[in-house]
Amino acid sequence: MVNAINTKNLNVYYRDQQAIHNISLDFLKNKVTALIGPSGCGKSTFLRCLNRMNDVIDICRVEGNISLNGIDIYSKEIEVEYLREKIGMIFQKPNPFPKSIYDNVAYGPRIHGFTDKKEEMDLIVETSLKKAGLFEEVKDRLEDMGTSLSGGQQQRLCIARAIAIKPEVILMDEPCSALDPIATSIIEELITDLKKSYTIIIVTHSMQQAARVSDKTAFFHLGNLIEEGDTSKIFTKPDHQKTNDYITGRFG
Amino acid sequence: MFYSVLTLFVLSFIGFYLGKRKSIKLSQNIKLASLPSYYGYLAMLYILIPTLIAWFVLLVGENFVLEKYLFLILKEFLISMSGSEVQLFFIKIKNLSEGASFGNESDIELLGAQKIIQFKNLFLLLTYLVIFLVTAIALYLVNKKISPTFKSQRHVEKIVNLFIQLCSYVAILITVGIFLSLVFETINFFGYVNPLDFLFGINWNPNKAFVIDSSDVIDKDILKDAFGIIPLMTGTLLVVFLAMLVSIPLGLMSAIYLAEYAPKRIRDISKPVIEILAGIPTVVYGFFAALVVAPKIADLGEYIGLDVSSESALAAGLTMGVMIIPFVSSLSDDVIRAVPQSLRDGSYALGATKSETIIKVILPSALPGIIGSFLLAISRAIGETMIVVMAASLQANLTINPLEPTTTITTQIVTALTGDTEFDNPKTLVAFALGLTLFFATLLLNYFALRTVKKYREQYD
Amino acid sequence: MTNLAKRKKAELRFRFYGIFSVFLSLLFVAILIFNICLSGIGGFYKTIFLTSIHFDQKLLNLEDNASEEQIRNASFSKLIKNNFDETFKDYSKDEIKQIKKLFYRKIDIELKNFLISNPEFLNKTTKVELTASTHIDQIHKGNFDRSVQEKHRKVNNFQLEIYDKFVEDQKVKKVWNSTYFTSGDSRDPESAGVAGSVMGSVFTILICFLLSFPIAIFASIYLQEFAKTGKITDLIEININNLAAVPSIIFGLLGLGILLNFFGLPRSTALVGGIVLSFMTLPTIIVACRSSLRAVPPSIREAALALGATKNQVVFHHVLPLAMPGTLTGAIIGLARAIGETAPLLMIGMVAFIMDIPSNPLEPAVGMPAQIYLWSESSERGFIEKTSSAIILLLIFLIVVNFVSVYFRKKYEKKW
Repeated sequence: MVNAINTKNLNVYYRDQQAIHNISLDFLKNKVTALIGPSGCGKSTFLRCLNRMNDVIDICRVEGNISLNGIDIYSKEIEVEYLREKIGMIFQKPNPFPKSIYDNVAYGPRIHGFTDKKEEMDLIVETSLKKAGLFEEVKDRLEDMGTSLSGGQQQRLCIARAIAIKPEVILMDEPCSALDPIATSIIEELITDLKKSYTIIIVTHSMQQAARVSDKTAFFHLGNLIEEGDTSKIFTKPDHQKTNDYITGRFG
Repeated sequence: MFYSVLTLFVLSFIGFYLGKRKSIKLSQNIKLASLPSYYGYLAMLYILIPTLIAWFVLLVGENFVLEKYLFLILKEFLISMSGSEVQLFFIKIKNLSEGASFGNESDIELLGAQKIIQFKNLFLLLTYLVIFLVTAIALYLVNKKISPTFKSQRHVEKIVNLFIQLCSYVAILITVGIFLSLVFETINFFGYVNPLDFLFGINWNPNKAFVIDSSDVIDKDILKDAFGIIPLMTGTLLVVFLAMLVSIPLGLMSAIYLAEYAPKRIRDISKPVIEILAGIPTVVYGFFAALVVAPKIADLGEYIGLDVSSESALAAGLTMGVMIIPFVSSLSDDVIRAVPQSLRDGSYALGATKSETIIKVILPSALPGIIGSFLLAISRAIGETMIVVMAASLQANLTINPLEPTTTITTQIVTALTGDTEFDNPKTLVAFALGLTLFFATLLLNYFALRTVKKYREQYD
Repeated sequence: MTNLAKRKKAELRFRFYGIFSVFLSLLFVAILIFNICLSGIGGFYKTIFLTSIHFDQKLLNLEDNASEEQIRNASFSKLIKNNFDETFKDYSKDEIKQIKKLFYRKIDIELKNFLISNPEFLNKTTKVELTASTHIDQIHKGNFDRSVQEKHRKVNNFQLEIYDKFVEDQKVKKVWNSTYFTSGDSRDPESAGVAGSVMGSVFTILICFLLSFPIAIFASIYLQEFAKTGKITDLIEININNLAAVPSIIFGLLGLGILLNFFGLPRSTALVGGIVLSFMTLPTIIVACRSSLRAVPPSIREAALALGATKNQVVFHHVLPLAMPGTLTGAIIGLARAIGETAPLLMIGMVAFIMDIPSNPLEPAVGMPAQIYLWSESSERGFIEKTSSAIILLLIFLIVVNFVSVYFRKKYEKKW
């Protein structure tokens, strides 16, 4: 088993307030890891550290070590744009650009200079949409606005957009929280599909979802990592009382 | 000039193309650190920025160098002339060099014109030379820099960021420009007139400076009571007072009605229509005041047996009042609507009627904001120019009678600077001293207005 | 009366004051526009006399098939004299002189232009539309009180008599005044037009837009997206707020002191006018652009950042295009205000008698509002009418611009 991402002694502060307390957590390659926990437990903050999205927030300060394939992602040699090319991200609310479906997918490859030939770009767009299970639905209207799609389709478009730049890891921040059950189940199937080629880290509110899609689960509470392990174990016989309380619905 | 700009842009596009081509060639074997177009942009910026700066410097410096050059070659002839004669001579030969000939030019003038043409051609050549030289250097530098590991995107973005940062400094630059231009000429003005005489004098009669020949030594005693700003201040305040008399009640009551009473439909229609009043150019109001309001007031005065001047403060003030209504109403409207609903509910729950709620609860709590909006309106009225230029008088009267002719600060600025302007005469320079006074007055009013409004906002946020 | 009834009455009274104020404000708009329209519509028309003219070859000293050049150089004064003497042969010399004054004093140019475009009438007699003098024009439009004593009016009794006779013979007509739209300023109200000032305004606004729009956008991007809060940023913000409140005439003084006197830019030109107005428009556009930038949702920025776009790419590829409609609306409003601005133009000499229509921003020009100011200062009744007509044009333009901006906002306004 190979680790894609290792985090070690991670501490995150918003000004003086500590949001993440000394977390060390590793993520296996080509596995789905779910981060669960009550709201405000720091799981989203943790996720956003992995592709340095917290850099944008002035008051946020990150201490500790995160490495991708053994390379420290906060080191000077790593450029944040390169990092984000390797680690894609899907957000809570689908956020397609108000551009055509084609341009949504092609944007990433374009700025990273994958190709400047039209046919190659068409191929990238097509394969990405196919991998995201969206191609059949939109192949006749690639020039339509990405925002004109339904919520579930929009989220799959975002997934297609993320995988178009061939990342190694995909971070998903509650990707189904704004979707209806049918769209949710489609996305969940997609996740299971995608883990063949990508390492997936998913933050979720829904314990059922975590149980359905993930191989590993980590339980966060108040910025602390309480417990982590195989999903089956966490959901059947957790070591920790707090985990047990949470998965049985006693709080959160 | 057009062609030099064109050349500049053509060159920068060539730079873009060359940079891009070279990087594409490189990228056939190895992945570049940035997209090829960024290498093109870098080349473009390297050409454009220094050439633009050089071009601008040349453009600004041309006139200066030209005059120095003319002095040099026409020294024997110019030495016998006075300063203003030299200026006239220069204007004449400049016009002559552009082909405006009257057929009666002396030899020396023709020679001067010829020299100007020679000089200009030389200068144009120099301009092109500089542009091409800078382009060549830039291309050489970029060419040396382009390599697969060179992060051109970083460089381009750094330049762009610096550029947009400079753009945001323009606002500061404009303020500094205003301040400098006003202060500089005001100091010149105070060389003729004692600042105290200016600020506390009660006589305004700038024509006293007119009798002075520019070559004569100016007699400062005559100027002692020619530039007193007090009558202009009273005139301005009188007009503003009249304007406020119209706009404050109407504007405030309109705002109250529209914010508290009016059904949504009426509000949606009336608000933009009243705001049309704010969008009408002030010159239209001025025309209206001079042509319709002033004669009507004079007629009315005659009818009831009053002697009303056709250039009375009344006409200007009333018209300006109408113009200010939308300022007062829309600013007050915002303020009134910012009063929390809970205050209204509290008053209604005690059995107060709507008008009682407005007068006793809403207005008192909105008062700072409303006063702020009044101050903004006053500052707007003080600086208003066209209405008073067209409807008020030029004659300065120290009076508070709105039926007599009055003049204002802005009117006198316009009068001083239209027609013959001589920048070595206090009659012209006084405009800048008046402008500085106006600038500070409006600045102060705005400062207090914004501060009161801000404090008011914070109270309910 | 009970206490409650009193209070109810007070309530009604207060409400009435409110309605009355709104009504009065609306009434002012109505009066203003009505008055201007009433006195201005006439300016789009002019009065002409249908006059039969014989284009005698000999009097013009022209050969058959004379070229345009030859006609242009010919003197028409003999021809005019001869035609008048013929038509009014029952009148004395002095009377004919007075009759001539019913016509525009430059009818020779009108005849010349007529013959140039219709050379076939050489040596023939035809009816030509000759412009009436401005006084007759005003009489014909009914802007003139005939009961005024003869010595107080510019048209004497004899001339009125002749005019009435012309009317009886149906020789007087009101026609569309196309010269008003095609010619520059003139000393004569008969031939004065707005084309020069319209072009002046067009160039001024063009320069103003080209300068203020990009600078405002870049400044807004910096302030909204890149600037760290600090002293300099605060200073810039204070400056922008202040500039928005500085009286327009002060900007004129800036233009005079810095642009004309220090940098030596050419006086009275649209270039300087445009620069000065751009200083005034800058704060308006910056405020509009910044609020549009603020309105772009962070999710779009996050989406682009997560794909590995740099901050510049996020801003220029995504945020700015989305903020463009709002910025443009703000720019249109700012420019509309700038078009009507007069005071700064007075300071930089863009208020002068300029006959030529400017063909580029470096030529001397006046702006529309400055032209209105100039004409309104004239005592001639004919110019007053022309002023109102120019105001109508300006107002129509402003209303159109405002509708465009409202339409723009409605169409592209996005609720996120």
